[in-house]
Amino acid sequence: MIEIRHLRKSFDGKPVLKNVNLIIHDGGTLVIIGCSGCGKTVLLRSIIGLIKPDKGEILVNGEDISLMARRDLFRIRKKFGMLFQGAALFDSMTVEDNIGLALREHTNLNPEEIRKKVGEKLEVVGLPGIEKKKPAELSGGMKKRVGLARALIMEPEIVLFDEPTAGLDPILADAINNLILETNRKLNITSIIVTHDMASALKIGDHIAMLSDGRIVFEGTPAEINKNQNKIVRQFVEGKAEVT
Amino acid sequence: MGISFWRWVGRKVFAFFREIGTISILLYRICGSSRTFWRDRRLILDQMLRIGVHSLPLISVVSIFTGAVSSWQAAYQFQGVIPGEMTMDFVGAAVSAAIFIELAPVLTGIIVAGRVGASIAAELGTMRVTEQIDALETLAIDPIRYLAAPRFIAGWTMLPILVIYACLVAHLGAYGVAFFLLDISTGTFFGSVQRHFLVHNVFSGLVKALVFGGGTALIGCSIGIRAVGGAEGVGKVTIKAFVYSSAFILVADYILAMILF
Repeated sequence: MIEIRHLRKSFDGKPVLKNVNLIIHDGGTLVIIGCSGCGKTVLLRSIIGLIKPDKGEILVNGEDISLMARRDLFRIRKKFGMLFQGAALFDSMTVEDNIGLALREHTNLNPEEIRKKVGEKLEVVGLPGIEKKKPAELSGGMKKRVGLARALIMEPEIVLFDEPTAGLDPILADAINNLILETNRKLNITSIIVTHDMASALKIGDHIAMLSDGRIVFEGTPAEINKNQNKIVRQFVEGKAEVT
Repeated sequence: MGISFWRWVGRKVFAFFREIGTISILLYRICGSSRTFWRDRRLILDQMLRIGVHSLPLISVVSIFTGAVSSWQAAYQFQGVIPGEMTMDFVGAAVSAAIFIELAPVLTGIIVAGRVGASIAAELGTMRVTEQIDALETLAIDPIRYLAAPRFIAGWTMLPILVIYACLVAHLGAYGVAFFLLDISTGTFFGSVQRHFLVHNVFSGLVKALVFGGGTALIGCSIGIRAVGGAEGVGKVTIKAFVYSSAFILVADYILAMILF
């Protein structure tokens, strides 16, 4: 379980997260929505310790990662996988090396075993046989899938997705949504997805939390968000430029 | 006007010491990852290839012409200072000392600063702005251990080797000019080199190379890893790395000269 308590973060004096409180239970998918620039990615990066909060606590299975030394933080991070918005593949490495890097660094598996595991993960994401390609040879959708395979290679408990459908056409975006659902089901992981794509949020989220002005203004199921009458929530869900 | 000037000076001084502190912390963290150097030997060897072996062609060209022009200039400067027939007896010794003490270490260092220091900053800067360094962190891989340490070790170890190579090539260039253009016999040139050879000169050159190589790689890593702002940011850190590395080499050269000589 991940508990976020009174989280605050500012950049250059400008507050981005003002007092975020959230509990993320094991299993299922939590989608964090909100308008562009409201702090969704800052929140996601804080959960995995890439950003240190100014105040507040982030408890992962009871351990506060906001105060942790690097060694302990790395230990906790092995429970996580993360898919970045642009996939963030290492462009000097092949697909196989990208995905297998964590196995080479953290396990005693031999190269053959690593190759086999990489192949399995590429099958899971629907991209068999592309081990020898470099990231520059891949399309945007392929990069995201490879990024997902890399995020899953260490069998994490929690996977973070930063705008997984950003920049993709509607068909490919839905394919990624299906992949997230299938991965979640098969591997029994907790997924935390940050997106401003309402269609994706409603499709893949068991729970939805909405961030606005640095705070959580809604937390509930997709059915509940559709019925919610809060003006800010309605404006975002309906995709209207002006509040009605 | 007066206050704003001093405020500007104060900001620059503060920024300078902050930069020194940041680079020192990076060096501390690199030293802290020393237990994994053997495990990361492939990464280190790869960087040694890029920093050392791939610099050889450029260093060869620069060194040969450095030696050549030194020989010519030395002969020119000795005319009228050293009597008649003895003028050319000292060309070998003078050029050799200059190469060992100053020309090879400093010019090689500046070439490496430009070729390697800037490219390290560009590479790590690109990785930073495309979130690849964050991706390493999320895979529980320390970017300092994985990226910075191999580059630092490679720079620190390869520059002395490159300087030795540069010394040899520069001597050949100097000899070439001496023999073909200045009518100095092989025996006279190399005899002069041998008579006035000092181990201390070579030692000093290598000490400089160690400092320059480590410093250049460290500066490139420190600046590159903190890049912000996309392509423009990467461009800025590339220039900054070269400028800082070059300035570091020249200042360190002066300080080391005061200590070693």
